[in-house]
Amino acid sequence: MEQTLRVKRYDPENPESEGYQEYTVDVAETTTILDALLTVREDVDGTLSMRCSCRASICGSCAMRVNGQAKLVCKTRVNSVSPNGETVTIDPLGNLPVIKDLVVEFKPFWDKMKVVKPYLQPEGVVPVAEYLASDGDMAHLVGVVNCIQCGACVSDCTVLEVDPSFLGPAALAKAYRFVKDPRDGHQKDRLGALNESSGVWDCTRCMQCVEVCPKDVDPMGRIMLMRDMAMESGFNNTSGSRHTDSFAKSVKKNGRLDEAKLAIDSMGMFNVPAMLDSAPVGIRAMMKGKFPWKAHKSSEPEKVKRVFEKIEGE
Amino acid sequence: MKYAFYPGCVARGGTPELLVSANAVMDRLGIEREEIVSAACTGAGVLQERNQKLGDALNVRTFALAERMGVPIMTICSTCQGVMSQANRRVLRDPEYLAEINEVLAEEGLEYKGTTVIKHLLWVLVEEIGIEELQKTFTKELSGLNFAPFYGCYIVRPSDALGFDEHPERETSLETLIEATGAVAVENSGKTKCCGLPILLINQSNAIQMVSNHTGEAKDMGADAMVTPCPLCHLNLDGYQPKAAKRRPSGKIDLPILHLPQMLGLAMGMQPKELGLQRHIISTKDVVAKAAAAPMAVS
Repeated sequence: MEQTLRVKRYDPENPESEGYQEYTVDVAETTTILDALLTVREDVDGTLSMRCSCRASICGSCAMRVNGQAKLVCKTRVNSVSPNGETVTIDPLGNLPVIKDLVVEFKPFWDKMKVVKPYLQPEGVVPVAEYLASDGDMAHLVGVVNCIQCGACVSDCTVLEVDPSFLGPAALAKAYRFVKDPRDGHQKDRLGALNESSGVWDCTRCMQCVEVCPKDVDPMGRIMLMRDMAMESGFNNTSGSRHTDSFAKSVKKNGRLDEAKLAIDSMGMFNVPAMLDSAPVGIRAMMKGKFPWKAHKSSEPEKVKRVFEKIEGE
Repeated sequence: MKYAFYPGCVARGGTPELLVSANAVMDRLGIEREEIVSAACTGAGVLQERNQKLGDALNVRTFALAERMGVPIMTICSTCQGVMSQANRRVLRDPEYLAEINEVLAEEGLEYKGTTVIKHLLWVLVEEIGIEELQKTFTKELSGLNFAPFYGCYIVRPSDALGFDEHPERETSLETLIEATGAVAVENSGKTKCCGLPILLINQSNAIQMVSNHTGEAKDMGADAMVTPCPLCHLNLDGYQPKAAKRRPSGKIDLPILHLPQMLGLAMGMQPKELGLQRHIISTKDVVAKAAAAPMAVS
């Protein structure tokens, strides 16, 4: 069957030629996007640049955007994205600078990995042989160790799109791997650093990383766990932790969310500049009759409160 | 079909016009419903950061209440839909976990057996009422209007928790409804991205940049308004658009953000006040005028 690929081209030596080029190749039921692109490069147009290596979703080299979503192209069959022979659009990964065609610069990716100190920092007496950890302690880290650093999550992260300083899902998932390692002696320092701006609180919980990760690493889930760990470790003076606290308190009290109180609590009661900055938004809402003056309630808030008490007491 | 209605906190708080317009549209369609008045907030993913089991227990309590009523849950909030779908998937995959939660709920005589279906109004309209029935209630054909769909996150991801495999039509359900009114669905790259609200109170600059990018692009693509099934997206895209506009080269955006039922209400020929259209930060005057001038529907 014939399949058309619409491929993003960019040549730094000829930047004005940037655009899409269409190629039509023969594909079978089992043909992957990578197979199709290799056919293009080998048989049709040798100038097409791309990265790939293992062809078995282990090396993480061939991540790119297929119809706007980051995927490992070796793991993606053509017919899964083009069931009726529709044209498939291929772009390089997002949120990383393009070097040529489908090849992106990974330096920003590795720089952020370095920031989270992706190595064990044990404390105490140095053992005679290796540092040991029980299977039980390490089993829950298997999921995150499965990361092949392909960059799919970074590509589609909606925060990185507006703020390149955000550490991003891949580096934060890696941070979790060491924060939760029982052999590491710097958990609190690590959480303190991750509690700073560009860290765990800047994630917007959009789940793009969860959706596109080819290895089910669940970076966002790890980020949420580190938020809780940071708060448990005493890092409570952030808008993020106040936001979470206020949210929980209002649901515990009324069974429902008190939006006005949430806004004030998150900014901090004495954060006058933030209050003034937000005042026009609040005033506009009042003028339009959409300011949530009164907290609404569940008809049985005491029953909701019992659920809180029982589970928080566990 | 009757539904256990779950409006969510924001429809009763910051976006009262959503509840008003949803009720008006559902009444017109004859959708029978009873609100689960005892239900708690879903936790919106925020409570889950602190204690996932607590968030799941509150949602399972809601599922059990609906199960007792013997009808599916219908919500008008994408975030509620997403958080409930995720909780439901977790407990259905892990019977031991569900048993632990049921033990907590036993005190008030509740037990969740795992049968509750949870559907956003958007899906109810496309999958159960059907476009043909819906169109019978339209008195206006909104041809000449251009609406940019904006799903947000929670009603599209994670796709496996939201039943996209069994219901592939969900992926384009908003475009389907826009086109059913006779309007044009304006393609925009932000439609399934984050609106920025979850970090609005944490990193406002990033949240506002997201508003600026999404509404600015839709406006540039010729949209008369944006349409969303998520009241949280509405809060940010509408409420913070004046601030976001300062980040556009022109300094203005002026793109009204309609709740899904408001768009349907316009096609049903309802008055702007019935739909709470005066309660927007970004004026809906132009889009209301265009809808009023639209031709009568022929169906």
